[in-house]
Amino acid sequence: MLPLDQLALGQKAIIESIETDFLPLKLIEMGCLPGNEISLLYIAPFRDPLYLKIDEAHLAIRKEVARYIMVKPLMDD
Amino acid sequence: MIKNINVALIGNPNTGKTSVFNALTGLNQKVGNYPGITVEKKHGSCRLDRLTKARILDLPGTYSLNASSMDESVVVELLLNKNDPDFPDVAVVVTDVENLKRNLLLFTQIKDLEIPTVLVINMSDQMPRKGIKIDREKLEERLNTRVVLVSTRQNSGVDELKQILVDYPSISTTPILDPNSIDQNYFEGLSKAFPNQSLYKLWLVITQDVNFTKLERQKVPDTAQFKTQSKSYLKKLQQRETIKRYQTINTILKETYHVNRNEAKDLRSKLDNLLIHKFWGYIIFFLILLTIFQAIFDWSSVPMDFIDASFAHLSEWTKTKMPAGILTDLLTEGVIPGLGGIVIFIPQIAFLFLFISVLEETGYMSRVVFLMDRGLRKFGLSGKSVVPLISGTACAIPAVMATRNIENWKERLITILVVPFTTCSARLPVYMILISLVVPNDRWLGINYQGLTLMGLYLIGFLMAILSASLLNRFLKSPNKSYFVVEMPNYKLPLLKNVALTVWEKTRSFVVEAGKIILAISILLWFMASFGPGNNFSNAEEIVTQKYASQPINEMELEKKIASFKLENSYIGILGKSIEPLIRPLGYDWKIGIALISSFAAREVFVATLATIYSVESDAEETIKSRMAGEVRSDGSKLFNWATGISLMLFYAFAMQCMSTLAIVKKETNSWKWPMLQLFSMTIIAYLVAFMAYQILK
Repeated sequence: MLPLDQLALGQKAIIESIETDFLPLKLIEMGCLPGNEISLLYIAPFRDPLYLKIDEAHLAIRKEVARYIMVKPLMDD
Repeated sequence: MIKNINVALIGNPNTGKTSVFNALTGLNQKVGNYPGITVEKKHGSCRLDRLTKARILDLPGTYSLNASSMDESVVVELLLNKNDPDFPDVAVVVTDVENLKRNLLLFTQIKDLEIPTVLVINMSDQMPRKGIKIDREKLEERLNTRVVLVSTRQNSGVDELKQILVDYPSISTTPILDPNSIDQNYFEGLSKAFPNQSLYKLWLVITQDVNFTKLERQKVPDTAQFKTQSKSYLKKLQQRETIKRYQTINTILKETYHVNRNEAKDLRSKLDNLLIHKFWGYIIFFLILLTIFQAIFDWSSVPMDFIDASFAHLSEWTKTKMPAGILTDLLTEGVIPGLGGIVIFIPQIAFLFLFISVLEETGYMSRVVFLMDRGLRKFGLSGKSVVPLISGTACAIPAVMATRNIENWKERLITILVVPFTTCSARLPVYMILISLVVPNDRWLGINYQGLTLMGLYLIGFLMAILSASLLNRFLKSPNKSYFVVEMPNYKLPLLKNVALTVWEKTRSFVVEAGKIILAISILLWFMASFGPGNNFSNAEEIVTQKYASQPINEMELEKKIASFKLENSYIGILGKSIEPLIRPLGYDWKIGIALISSFAAREVFVATLATIYSVESDAEETIKSRMAGEVRSDGSKLFNWATGISLMLFYAFAMQCMSTLAIVKKETNSWKWPMLQLFSMTIIAYLVAFMAYQILK
């Protein structure tokens, strides 16, 4: 298990837990919930923000939020 | 008898809700504001069938009913208030076929308010390309409502939607989620305290207070005792509600929605690889910016010259056709030039909104936000500040309004505060005339000095915006953590109809809003320049004639002396003279002083003011430029020389001279503190810089 901001580029993972009460509700509404699949599609220059695919949604968030989202990488199939 | 019904269009951003609205209403739409706030209120009308007419309200895009911005809370407030005249008889939730799961979250919330709710699945033309199959009948059964597949691009499904809206009373209003399943204890307590109320509505009233703003609650029972729970507990419940809703939606979609990924052809990753590339991404963005500026400042010069000439002709024509007198003077020297000063901006504003709406419609704007966020954050701005900063080159008013989707209050405030430094189109006429007066029209290595100066002024404005942002970033305290979430929508071809309607609507409202002020000021100025107190003004002719009686002076020169004497003693002349000591160190005389005062209402009034002042002074047919070039100081040297010209340009680059911007900042920040900070600090900076420039260059 590792924080989302340390996930490798292109890697798929499953959201395990969210380690803060301050995660914006909007993010949860967009599908950022434990159990959902997440993948890191792009990282902007200077390594921030992160472009993610969560479930079916494509969105970008900043590292400062991403580090509270714990994920478990999926083995490549 | 024709029956009128209220329909509300609700949906996530990027679902094509506006396209559906446009398809239903066409040009029968009106844009206004919700009372007291500057959230845009769009409504239109539509004939559903022979006997039914619908009044359609296009509500601001929202991801859920848990509002986190002013735009979103408008939706909640309307849907909770049955007595609102806009309260819908039937709600239409517009969703995007590719993001159905996420879009259904909002749908279930609206349905739970016990309003008849129709589900529109938009962009259904994408289904074969994306390998999506939907079992519509089953979906209708499971969601307990009517479902319509719509494609505004192919114009399909809209007529069916109209038919369903006519039949709205037959739509079930049974809720989807039982609030008790979120937290039995909490909701049982709630229903005991308010036995006859809808639990979900109560819950919304309680949580909206936690999240954002106070709802108008005369109609809603007092729920204070249920707020004794800690905020973080309520937030946990909100999260649990979201999870519950997703569980329900997942179960439903498993039976009704199928995607065959092998059939899906994805344009997204190909375009993303290029458009957010570490190197090419920035180059492309730069080229797009270059094109926008090219359009605003080069392509629009053709229609602008035409408009300029037309208004000059109109003025002349009116002068010859109407009997001489005060009314004619007011029209030809006040009203017509004033109107011309507004209409001339239409090409630039239209071009800017054309580009912005195309960039937004295609989904490219989100990529720019992604690319620019890290860089701009160093200065306390956000990636989302890019749109306001670009819009600011046309006009600060739409730019300030465009800051609304910046979630973080501090980043939003800083963006609002620095936007007026970007060179808006109102500064352009000022720069144009001053540059043509003081900068030689020569080339060096093929580069035109005048163009170079103009570019320099744009750069100075932009640098000043960045510099003051980073200063503000140090001193402003941030009350909450940064919540930066940007949806990266799919790429789409822009719909011509949507783009055209946006351009039309934005341009129209600019002309009307800015127009009122500019017109009023032009008329006021004309009055103040044409009348004056006391003997000096009313007896100007005798005084001047007497003064020059012993000197050899011809008729025309005498006329001119009389006119300038009158102007000096008019109300505006007295005003200008009184501030002259203050502005002399900047290299300005009292006439420029008048122009400075009047352009605190709006910058573009500068040229119009000088035009009014000089045309009141002389009747000869000269252009403003040649009159300005002919102005001399008491020692006979040119008034508009290099030092004064540069000093004036710098003053206009930095000073906060726009009442409308101050008004919109007050509205958006809900306090006079910030617009006043802008007014004073920007004007002081402008004064100091102009002072230094003149003292060094003179």
